[in-house]
Amino acid sequence: MLKIENLHAEVERKAILKGLNLKVKPGEIHAIMGPNGAGKSTLASVIAGKEDYEVTQGIIELDGEDISELDPDERAHAGIFLSFQYPVEIPGVTVTNFIKTAINESRKAQGLDEMSAKDMLKKIRQKSSLLEIDRKFLSRSLNEGFSGGEKKRNEIFQMAMLEPKLAILDETDSGLDIDALRVVANGVNTLKSSNNAIIVITHYQRLLDHIIPDFVHVLHDGKIVKTGDASLAHELEAKGYDWIKEKIIS
Amino acid sequence: MDLKEKIVSSYVAFEDGVNMNSDVHEIRSKAFQNFEKLGFPSKKIEAWKYTSLNAVLREDYCLFPNKKKTVTLPQVKDHFIHDIDTYKVVFVDGKYSSFLSETTHDNFDVCLMSSALAKPKYKPIIENYFNKVAKQDHLTSLNTAFVKEGAYIHIPRNTEVEKPIQIINFTTGTEDAIMTQPRNLIVVEQNAYVQIIERHQSLTQNAALTNVVTEIFADRYATVDYYKIQNDHTSASLVDNTFIEQQSESTVAVHTFSFGGKVTRNNLNFYQMGKHINSTLKGITIIEGKQHVDHHTLVHHTAPNCESHQDYKGIFNERAVGVFNGKVVVEKDAQKTNAYQQNNNVLVSDRSTINAKPQLEIFADDVKCSHGCTTGQLDEQALFYMQQRGIPKKEARALLMYAFANTVLESVKIPEVKERITKLIAMKLSVRIGFDL
Ligand SMILES: Nc1ncnc2c1ncn2[C@@H]1O[C@H](COP(=O)(O)OP(=O)(O)OP(=O)(O)O)[C@@H](O)[C@H]1O
Ligand SMILES: [Mg+2]
Repeated sequence: MLKIENLHAEVERKAILKGLNLKVKPGEIHAIMGPNGAGKSTLASVIAGKEDYEVTQGIIELDGEDISELDPDERAHAGIFLSFQYPVEIPGVTVTNFIKTAINESRKAQGLDEMSAKDMLKKIRQKSSLLEIDRKFLSRSLNEGFSGGEKKRNEIFQMAMLEPKLAILDETDSGLDIDALRVVANGVNTLKSSNNAIIVITHYQRLLDHIIPDFVHVLHDGKIVKTGDASLAHELEAKGYDWIKEKIIS
Repeated sequence: MDLKEKIVSSYVAFEDGVNMNSDVHEIRSKAFQNFEKLGFPSKKIEAWKYTSLNAVLREDYCLFPNKKKTVTLPQVKDHFIHDIDTYKVVFVDGKYSSFLSETTHDNFDVCLMSSALAKPKYKPIIENYFNKVAKQDHLTSLNTAFVKEGAYIHIPRNTEVEKPIQIINFTTGTEDAIMTQPRNLIVVEQNAYVQIIERHQSLTQNAALTNVVTEIFADRYATVDYYKIQNDHTSASLVDNTFIEQQSESTVAVHTFSFGGKVTRNNLNFYQMGKHINSTLKGITIIEGKQHVDHHTLVHHTAPNCESHQDYKGIFNERAVGVFNGKVVVEKDAQKTNAYQQNNNVLVSDRSTINAKPQLEIFADDVKCSHGCTTGQLDEQALFYMQQRGIPKKEARALLMYAFANTVLESVKIPEVKERITKLIAMKLSVRIGFDL
């Protein structure tokens, strides 16, 4: 599904991704861990097509198609979803109106008619129940004044509404309390199928107790320096990153 | 001949058409002398530093159009809020159109200034209120000198007017260029309530200049909810002079939506004369090309425990120019005043400009006055976020601008007005916005 080879990217002339390789197949869950500033969010932004990040080398393909020239909205239409580490507040646009607009723009891009109001409501009802979201939330301005955890839950609600092919969850667990973590993880697991894939960026093992990854990658200094199975996350939790860094040096 | 000369030399002819032996004509004559002395304001005057009328005054305006042009309803229907029942006071080229209007004298008066000035039964109100709160500046004097027609609204105490009132001035373009000077008087007595929508609209691309003066009196516990919809052709200019006097416990809100016109100058003045008064001034300006919109607001607090709330949003594209000058005066006696002023602007193009200047003159010590002014571009991070969710950049920009303006719409109390403005904004931003606010 996703193929990244030798990816180099920079922002403001500063190299951040330095030859990164990653392959994700349908049905897989990949976890990306790594120290602060390693480039995890940058990778997510580059996949999503953020303009400030310049890809200087390498390829990004989705289902065999080069997506590196596509605008972020076109990538979204192709099925990429990014749950932001820091979701943006948009005063004046309610959650409901925002998600309606997003869904209908995607449908328009695919040559489909707008979703009927009835179907839209049904879907909103279903997905907000899945994520145990208070309906009152839906008429509030998007992310404005939301708590950290509420923002993250709202991101996954949008993911549930948009049903992406490839979802990248950037530290969705940070800010969630223990119960919320379980709700959100259950939501993600429910959305998971053999046709889609998920990349989970996280610092902590606890999310991976709920969303069990097929692969765990360690991103360090713009490269993936180690890949393992779910047990690698436990090892990292116990030992930190120093042993990996030392290994690289030696 | 320049416009001032033309106006001055036409005065004798104007006098032939009005009753010269009246108190009102005394007022006119005085105002005429004042205008003769002052002339039009130039950029040398501080209050007009950023707005030049030169280009506007260069046109050869017809001052007293005589050609009669009939206007049919389908022609102008779109300029009304037509999906709800309203009273209407409609003028075509400065003349009353009974055909398009719907006035009343039941319980309260929604009618014409010309009859109010002429008929004895209106005399007490005219004597008490006419030209009392209006300032004697250049353009207000000019309007007063030629006072003849406009809307007259008188709501007696404890009366709630259930339908909104629309005041609409059309210019038809039968003349190459036309100048009109409507004069409105709105008196809302104790504990009365009224909603008013005002609009100036030309029906062709011919030049038009409107110099309108509106005086509003809100007596104790009265509520006035006023909407100005400014979406005229780019050949039409407007100087709107509105003066509002409020007594204790009254509430007046004025929303100004400026989307059109060539040069638009709004002089919006609130004079608070009692305690526990609430004044709201809000505006959305969205302009492009070489359009120019200037908001000059004044809130004068004279007594304790009053509030004023100003919120103006502007979006300026291409070479559009915006001006915001918000003056708040808090007199020594006006303790516990709560005056809030916010002016936020988005410059969409790097050739557009905004001149924003808050002016606070505070002579009381126990007050809460806040003002904020921002000018910026659209939030790139928010644009990326929206695009990531599949909303194309153009729509994302529009949605953001829309959201930006939205806080001003929240306080619009007539749903149909809100809907109309929402549509106008969508049109201005050339997007189809697939949701309602
Ligand atoms: N817009 C930018 N301008 C300048 N530097 C940037 C920008 N975006 C990212 N960086 C830098 O790139 C590096 C990688 O940042 P990134 O956000 O990808 O790290 P991360 O792995 O997600 O870290 P964390 O675990 O703290 O979220 C950091 O040094 C960061 O300061
Ligand atoms: Mg990060």
